[in-house]
Amino acid sequence: MFNPQWDTNTPNRLRRRLVNGVIPVLLLAGFSVSPLVYANQAILFQMMAFMALAQGVNLLYGFTGYLPFGYVGFFGIGAYGMAISIQLLHFPGILAVIIGGLLSSVIAMAFLPLLRLSGAYFAISSLAAAEVLSHIVSNSAFIHITNGPYGEQLTQSYHPLTSYVVMVIVLVLTTVVVIFIRNRPFGRALMAIREDPVSAAMAGISVVRARSVVWLLSALIAGLTGALFGWHMSVFYPSTVFDLNISILAIVFTLFGGYGTVTGPVLGSIVLYGLYNAIGISDPQYFQLIYGLLIIALVLFLPGGIISLIQRRGNYVP
Amino acid sequence: MFAYSLISGILFGIFFGFMALGLNLIFGVMEMVNLAHGDFVVLGGYVGITALNSWHINPLVSLIFALLLFFVVGLGLFFPLVPRLSHSRDPEMLSLILFFGLSQVLEALMEIKFGVNPESLPLSVFGNSSWHFLGQSYQISWVVSALISLLMILLTYVFLYYTPMGRAVRAVMGNREEARATGLPVKRTSAIIFAIGIALAAMSGVLSPLMIGSIDPTSGLGLTTIAFAIVVIGSLGNPLGSVLGGLVYGISLMLMQTYLSSWSVLVPYLLLLIIVLVRPSGLLGKGVRHV
Repeated sequence: MFNPQWDTNTPNRLRRRLVNGVIPVLLLAGFSVSPLVYANQAILFQMMAFMALAQGVNLLYGFTGYLPFGYVGFFGIGAYGMAISIQLLHFPGILAVIIGGLLSSVIAMAFLPLLRLSGAYFAISSLAAAEVLSHIVSNSAFIHITNGPYGEQLTQSYHPLTSYVVMVIVLVLTTVVVIFIRNRPFGRALMAIREDPVSAAMAGISVVRARSVVWLLSALIAGLTGALFGWHMSVFYPSTVFDLNISILAIVFTLFGGYGTVTGPVLGSIVLYGLYNAIGISDPQYFQLIYGLLIIALVLFLPGGIISLIQRRGNYVP
Repeated sequence: MFAYSLISGILFGIFFGFMALGLNLIFGVMEMVNLAHGDFVVLGGYVGITALNSWHINPLVSLIFALLLFFVVGLGLFFPLVPRLSHSRDPEMLSLILFFGLSQVLEALMEIKFGVNPESLPLSVFGNSSWHFLGQSYQISWVVSALISLLMILLTYVFLYYTPMGRAVRAVMGNREEARATGLPVKRTSAIIFAIGIALAAMSGVLSPLMIGSIDPTSGLGLTTIAFAIVVIGSLGNPLGSVLGGLVYGISLMLMQTYLSSWSVLVPYLLLLIIVLVRPSGLLGKGVRHV
């Protein structure tokens, strides 16, 4: 149900390409214009950050079947990589953000053996890996590098407008990457691996390489997002950027919208993050109750997310 | 110092083995990881604390009460949730997500009911004396908790190996399809084991404030991770493995707290990562069970 039906009918193919191309354009336009109409930039920024994270989760879970509970580990490493580049190496903001993203991919490389696991083993072990990273960063043994539990203050390079613009760019690029992967042979290879790794390998797909590429790519997305988040906040603590709720929300947004699609995570982030802002900030526990119940209901009645309601009628959804 | 950490490690290990037992049983029979396991432990903790603070009921009584109450809760959760899952496209992954949702719901309900502040039981709840052994003294509440845990593990063992019901449970653990083909009531067995698993989690939860210091509504996920680490160390689906896993965890934790205390929070996570990457079948395991 997640595979676009290929047909050779050219006008149809053209229309699909157009529909796919519209999404990043809409995101770009939407988040560029909305600060002019809506004053609370912090909320818009965080919505973009969660949308990018949800796409990262989508890449991993939707295309390879690995559910990363510890996804926040990459986010936190990105934020700290950025902060260390600014504090100790005195890099300019944008370069520091890129370093943060790359550092996150390097850490992901060290955790590549986790991909040997599957299902619950992977999900819980990735959680453990994120906890390990979080405790290492906040341990007072590294106080000269990470400032331990006291967090980072980057007030001298605080630049809300630049970080907002870069976040828009990262979000649009992430979306383009997901669209690209989904509509290329690489994406179909990934889905083949997700459904049956042995048969996929026999069909000549390099299973290990394909999974590793996606793993590093999604770590890069989370790292860049975390770095931008830290830069935009300019003051943060290990407990803020390694907060497990970040992975949880990104996963919930993806599942709610519909994994394995491009629009699912976008829709999920807009609807649920909007809901979170309506009730979540003053009463987080009621929001948690709502999304907990939503997850149970989704698993029992609508495992493909709300997008599958449209797909069910045979419509094409990017 | 070493003897003290070793013996308190054994006491903690037995308790944590008991804490992980329910997760192990449910996993063995249904091949589902109950991600809400830790939240049931915390709920059990709140039962004990509320009973003591509001009605002056001794935790020893709350233990029995928690066991019965959560057996019923477990049955009540099984029928609407689990059979539906087994017929879905990808039961393993979906059950993981479903129990994750359940864990969020329980956490939210506990925050609404009990607030976010950590709560605890007084360590003197089983009397003020302490246990002297080899020149060191240990909290009596630790000793009592470990003894209760040991008793419950033994009872579970007797249930599994010396009762007809237990034999059915082991058959389902061994091979679900063959058990069904032989005419065993697989669904009923699963329901009872699910309820027992949750009841044991809540029962260990009554003791948990004594062992881990204090509990709050967000303690659940950490406890689930610890329980999962213990179950994987000791081999999934093997109740005696839980004891072994618990001992490995308890002793490593206590040694770390004595000699490298600032890194002791890492113990469960590092143990889990090492065991899944080096020997995913566990110390007693013959083969890997896939979830």
